[in-house]
Amino acid sequence: MNTPDTTSKEQADVSAGGTPAPQSPQATGASKPAVTGKAGHAVNLKDLNAYYGAEHAIKDVTIDFPANEVTALIGPSGSGKSTVVRCINRMHEEIPGARATGSVRLDELDVYAPDVDVTAVRRLIGMVFQKPNPFPTMSIFDNVAAGLRLTGTKSKDLKDLVHRSLQSVGLWDEVKDRLGSPGIGLSGGQQQRLCIARTVAIEPEVILMDEPASALDPISTLKIEELIDELKERYTIVIVTHNMQQAARVANSTVFMLEGEVIEHDETTKIFTNPSDERTERYVTGKFG
Amino acid sequence: MEASATTVSGGRSALERSPAGRLPDRVLKWGLSGLAALILILIVYFFIRLVGQSGHVFSTYGLNFVFGNNWDVSRNIYHGGALLFGTIVTSVIALIIGVPVAVASAVFINELCPRRLRSPLSILVDLLAAVPSVVYGLWGVFVLAPRLLPAEKWFASTFSFIPWIGGGVPQLYNYFIAGLILAIMILPIVSAISREVIATVPQADKEAALALGATRWEMIRMAVLPYSRPGITGGAMLGMGRAIGETIAVVLVIGSAPKIGSHLFAQGYTLAAVIANEFGEATGIHTSALFAAGLVLFVLTLIVNVIARWFINRGSHGTRGTGATGMTIASGPASEH
Amino acid sequence: MRGTLFAATIVALIPLVLVIYYLLHKGLSLWFTSGFFTTDPTGSFFGNPGGIRSAILGSLVIVALATVISIPIGIGVALYLTEYGKQSWFANTVRYFVDVMTGVPSIMFGLFIYIVLVTSRFGGSGYAAWKGAVALALLMLPIVIRSAEVVLLLVPSSLREAALALGAPRWRVVFQVVLPTSLSGLLTGSLLAIARGMGETAPLLFTVATAFGLTFNLNSQMNTMPFLIFTDITSPRAAIQNIAWGTALTLVTIVLIFNLFARLIASRSSA
Repeated sequence: MNTPDTTSKEQADVSAGGTPAPQSPQATGASKPAVTGKAGHAVNLKDLNAYYGAEHAIKDVTIDFPANEVTALIGPSGSGKSTVVRCINRMHEEIPGARATGSVRLDELDVYAPDVDVTAVRRLIGMVFQKPNPFPTMSIFDNVAAGLRLTGTKSKDLKDLVHRSLQSVGLWDEVKDRLGSPGIGLSGGQQQRLCIARTVAIEPEVILMDEPASALDPISTLKIEELIDELKERYTIVIVTHNMQQAARVANSTVFMLEGEVIEHDETTKIFTNPSDERTERYVTGKFG
Repeated sequence: MEASATTVSGGRSALERSPAGRLPDRVLKWGLSGLAALILILIVYFFIRLVGQSGHVFSTYGLNFVFGNNWDVSRNIYHGGALLFGTIVTSVIALIIGVPVAVASAVFINELCPRRLRSPLSILVDLLAAVPSVVYGLWGVFVLAPRLLPAEKWFASTFSFIPWIGGGVPQLYNYFIAGLILAIMILPIVSAISREVIATVPQADKEAALALGATRWEMIRMAVLPYSRPGITGGAMLGMGRAIGETIAVVLVIGSAPKIGSHLFAQGYTLAAVIANEFGEATGIHTSALFAAGLVLFVLTLIVNVIARWFINRGSHGTRGTGATGMTIASGPASEH
Repeated sequence: MRGTLFAATIVALIPLVLVIYYLLHKGLSLWFTSGFFTTDPTGSFFGNPGGIRSAILGSLVIVALATVISIPIGIGVALYLTEYGKQSWFANTVRYFVDVMTGVPSIMFGLFIYIVLVTSRFGGSGYAAWKGAVALALLMLPIVIRSAEVVLLLVPSSLREAALALGAPRWRVVFQVVLPTSLSGLLTGSLLAIARGMGETAPLLFTVATAFGLTFNLNSQMNTMPFLIFTDITSPRAAIQNIAWGTALTLVTIVLIFNLFARLIASRSSA
């Protein structure tokens, strides 16, 4: 059945999709859910519709996000990319008047099933936001540990966990001497990596990223992208991005959305070099956006 | 639901809702909603009890209670027209004296004074609100009233040709002193709201005026004041509401004479002051009359406040008493209503 | 024109200066009178008027009780408005009523408690310190709610989102993120409300009345500084009028200290 993530290291050895290069061919938009024998967790959206009050923001969206891969969502502003992502971890419904219909499956379980605890869903599907949002009243250590404390998890090896999380995002060496200083004292890029560490500390299965580097300088952006590459060994990653070059760099497959609908979903290289749909082609060649 | 180890996976059953885990959320939500509902219930109940206590007087005198002029405790006759008159007159005096000074100081602090003086000056003006009204009353009784009496006498005789304003014999405690103290007490709130409203004037409007070659003052007249007018009006009305309800400072310096004074420096009375003075020893219909005075007072302040907030919302163009000033407004002047 | 406006600003500040001046001029000597802070008013018409100890302690006790009542409830209602009610019709109605409450003349709170608690001899007593505290709490409540709501709204929604996205239940978001982040602002608002409560007289007139001797019995009448000042002003004895000044100076000093603390906290936290 599902093995806890503490054995993710051995899973990484098993996983076939371990290559970092976005050019490696992957199954395109396969509709079959992840095989249980394979490590990692897949997300499948089927006929997802989302509304903000009367406004129909997402229409009949069906996407498969393969396990341990990075899938990018691209498209112009207002195309619904962020809304899709926020529906996956059920953050969408936190907005007054917002609702969603359809199914979102994490492996075999429908996240929207009536008896499902939404907070448990969010612990399995983590999220990194566009603007880094470390908790201002907490130290670096407390920020990383916040995920556990906020879910009432009592853990005796907090120090160890914080250490591992910070290491996995490449922050450990930079902050190990000042774990007690405020989280907001870090630079923008460091803050974002802190937020990723915070997300990783609760050991989710999927990580959603909503334009994680758009508020950062180019060097920090590069570091985040390298991080994403490493993270996909252990997590399934969905990334929303405005930056097509970024999608080309980090994503195994890419989904192009327009006005709330999925237009095309394919290997990243194919989307950018030989898209099937004319609208995709116009977008990636910069004719609009 | 709470996991007890560092990992949270381990079967999709982990996703199912556990009723115990949801309890704190439910308790919090309904507890807080209950508190909020309590506020509503309290105010409605308050109004009902007040009406209940004053019903007797209104059924006996009808509208004469509000507009008739004969408040005679010894004969148990209660027409409160003189009280209403006093309330309105003192508030109007407070507005006439207080609002221009308050707005002027707001304009100065926000637009004209050197940057580093801005904070200290506004703190000082706000501190006017921190003085308890009984202290203003004390100061009014022993300092302001006696010191101003000679000037009032001079004024009354010099301007005796103006009806009601001049021509009388000034009393030590009178409408004017009460109005003056009220002016001081409403100054901080009118100034604070004016400052906040003036601060919301878009930089673009101001720059447009300056770019046309306007002087600083002309810019203020052209761009700042017109834009701020509704908000400032709202602030002035809020100040009026405070003045109407002020009890302690007024009762000490108004002279407590339940008749319609014949001139500015005559003794008078207000709705709030009469309650403070007479409630302790009132019985029967007298008590009911005082509650009725309270009801009139309440309704009056309600109307003024509703109008005031309408003006402020119209004029705030987006802000709604937020920020530090919002907190000053929220905490309000330490005035007795 | 600038000169005129500057003059107006100075005019606005003159009363403040004058009040403080006279408070010191007439009240300071009382501070150094022996027994001023350590004895209670005697209430006797002749002879030693006594000190103001019972008034100071009585004020502190009653305001403390009013604080304990109004601050938790006030912050609770504000939390409801920002975290749950938001812009629903119910929340907006509550906001409107709270605004109404801020405009209610303070003597009305005293009258309300008089009707409800004093005449009915609730709790076996007529006038009582705790009833005055309730009246003060009613007065402080809208102040706390309004200022708390302002502060809570300043907490960026991105922080709430971050906490929710980590899988935190709503109540933890409130207690572990929202409240700690807004703590200094809540403190400032509370201190200002307390300062306001200390200076109020009218709500106490017909709920606590007064007493001369020192008592901590919440179910009995109790002395308070504002009440003492109020009655001493009208005394024919100059000595007692002077006590009014000394008490007023004490009261204003305490109120100003609270105000100062509030501003200190506010300025230290404003980034």
